[in-house]
Amino acid sequence: MKSTVDLLIIGGGPAGMSAAVAAYDAGVRDILILERDAHLGGILQQCIHGGFGLHRFGEELTGPEYAGRYAAMVKEREIPYLCNTMVMHLDENRRVTAMNEEYGLFTIDARAVILAMGCRERPKGALGIAGTRPAGIFTAGTAQKYVNMKGYMPGREVVILGSGDIGLIMARRMTLEGATVKAVCELLPYSGGLARNIEQCLNDFDIPLYLSHTVTEIHGKERVTGVTVAAVDENRRPKSETARFIPCDTLLLSCGLIPENELTKEAGVPLDRVTGGAIVDQNRETAVAGIFSCGNVLHVHDLVDYVSEEAALAGNSAARYLRGESEKKIAVGLKTDGRVRYTVPTHVTEAKDVTVYFRVSDVFRDARVEVRLGDEVLLSRKKLKLAPGEMETVTLKKEWLDKADGKELSFAIVTA
Amino acid sequence: MTRNLTCIVCPRGCEMTVLLDENKKFLSAEGNACPRGLSYAESECTAPVRSLASTVLTESGKLLPVKSASPIPKGKLFDAMREIRVALAPDTLCVGDVVLADLAGTGVALVATANAADL
Ligand SMILES: Cc1cc2nc3c(=O)[nH]c(=O)nc-3n(C[C@H](O)[C@H](O)[C@H](O)COP(=O)(O)OP(=O)(O)OC[C@H]3O[C@@H](n4cnc5c(N)ncnc54)[C@H](O)[C@@H]3O)c2cc1C
Ligand code: SF4
Repeated sequence: MKSTVDLLIIGGGPAGMSAAVAAYDAGVRDILILERDAHLGGILQQCIHGGFGLHRFGEELTGPEYAGRYAAMVKEREIPYLCNTMVMHLDENRRVTAMNEEYGLFTIDARAVILAMGCRERPKGALGIAGTRPAGIFTAGTAQKYVNMKGYMPGREVVILGSGDIGLIMARRMTLEGATVKAVCELLPYSGGLARNIEQCLNDFDIPLYLSHTVTEIHGKERVTGVTVAAVDENRRPKSETARFIPCDTLLLSCGLIPENELTKEAGVPLDRVTGGAIVDQNRETAVAGIFSCGNVLHVHDLVDYVSEEAALAGNSAARYLRGESEKKIAVGLKTDGRVRYTVPTHVTEAKDVTVYFRVSDVFRDARVEVRLGDEVLLSRKKLKLAPGEMETVTLKKEWLDKADGKELSFAIVTA
Repeated sequence: MTRNLTCIVCPRGCEMTVLLDENKKFLSAEGNACPRGLSYAESECTAPVRSLASTVLTESGKLLPVKSASPIPKGKLFDAMREIRVALAPDTLCVGDVVLADLAGTGVALVATANAADL
């Protein structure tokens, strides 16, 4: 095993592969991707449904097809990658410690590192539901892996807590495989999933979606025998008079994703409190020089197409960094009003047109997205509907950034 | 007569209002941000179709992801699943190769979405 590399990429999912391809096409030749799974592809391998690639490839692909296209691009370019290889440690000098069967524990010094470790699902323990902990409680993603990759049905009568896209997709998948999905309960008054998934995954199969509802108790000793569900008030507290028992043998949890940033923290990279991902500039470079971050490890994306786009940006930026081209020219902070929950990037260091991704905290109708410099409104865009489940973008113009050097641009949602 | 629909063609999910005549025949629609929404609304009110994705067992006992090559009538989804459940795929199949030529009598093929050799 060699001991140095120009660009090391941690994670061989869509983000890692796209970053590698972009960096290669920008002239970087000494690249290595480390992936803990047996194959490249990341989470897409288990997302056998369609809906990927409309934006990136102009056609509707399934997860394995989308991942397959990127894996083919990596292989065409003969970009080196090691599967079954777990990265154990990363430090601020970009020394990477990894492990696999062939080489045991080994270290590599990288001139640049791209973090592309993806995210994981919020574990059930964090949800604090009363009652027992029998068999039959899964995160929706774990159930997806069982059904789609292992051919094993987690259960026959299912209740799903949380209406994120993975839960909705699994409601349809398990129904098609012969299970009965009795209810999807969502704590919030709106679903975090895409409208198209509510339509084609729930409504198509007459699966009820209970908004402002939660699971208050899990029943069963060895195996789940049922759950108690109840409506919640505006403070999200269960209303006990509405509690009712639903018999089931399986509870799926689809309660959001958390970026997987243990390695990032070890390297001393500061994280954003809202996204749980690194604080980055417009090049997706973190506060530690030469360490970049992209894809779901940076912030949770709904669409893999945008993951690929962001990762290509990170790959290009790493290539520029390796050529010594990425000197900082300006300093503009991006501030949010709370209704805009976060922005990626969090700050801008170069005066050029910059696309900013953001999410909002609530559902807003007939609203305007505003970008301001002090009292001056630089941009005011009308939006019929903004929802937390959907990532929004605005493009900052070069001249605004020139003007804002040393100051902050603020992002706000204005309603009537 | 009107009917509310959510377009499922792309992730934007436009909310549409469809105008139907007394025989429930499609007349017009609004709320769609692009023309694909119109054809979706018409098909949804005439003969709704859905894409289907699932897995098929391979000869060596792995799970090969598959999809319908194009959307099939919504009412045929469970018939199609019954055929998919008992199908067996050769280990030589590649992305796009046909697993079943005529899924549940719809005339639509079931195709592989991964290379069986890479599983
Ligand atoms: C269960 C689940 C289902 C999803 N379904 C959809 C969907 O239907 N549609 C959609 O658009 N998006 C979906 N997403 C979001 C999806 O994650 C992104 O679209 C996309 O896959 C993110 O790409 P990524 O490369 O950032 O992360 P991932 O695909 O998660 O890839 C990260 C890779 O890094 C590897 N890795 C992590 N840590 C290490 C380490 N220490 N050492 C070595 N390798 C490591 C992992 O094994 C993995 O292969 C889903 C996410 C989850 C968790
Ligand atoms: S109408 Fe067009 S933009 Fe709107 S959801 Fe349908 S395909 Fe997408």
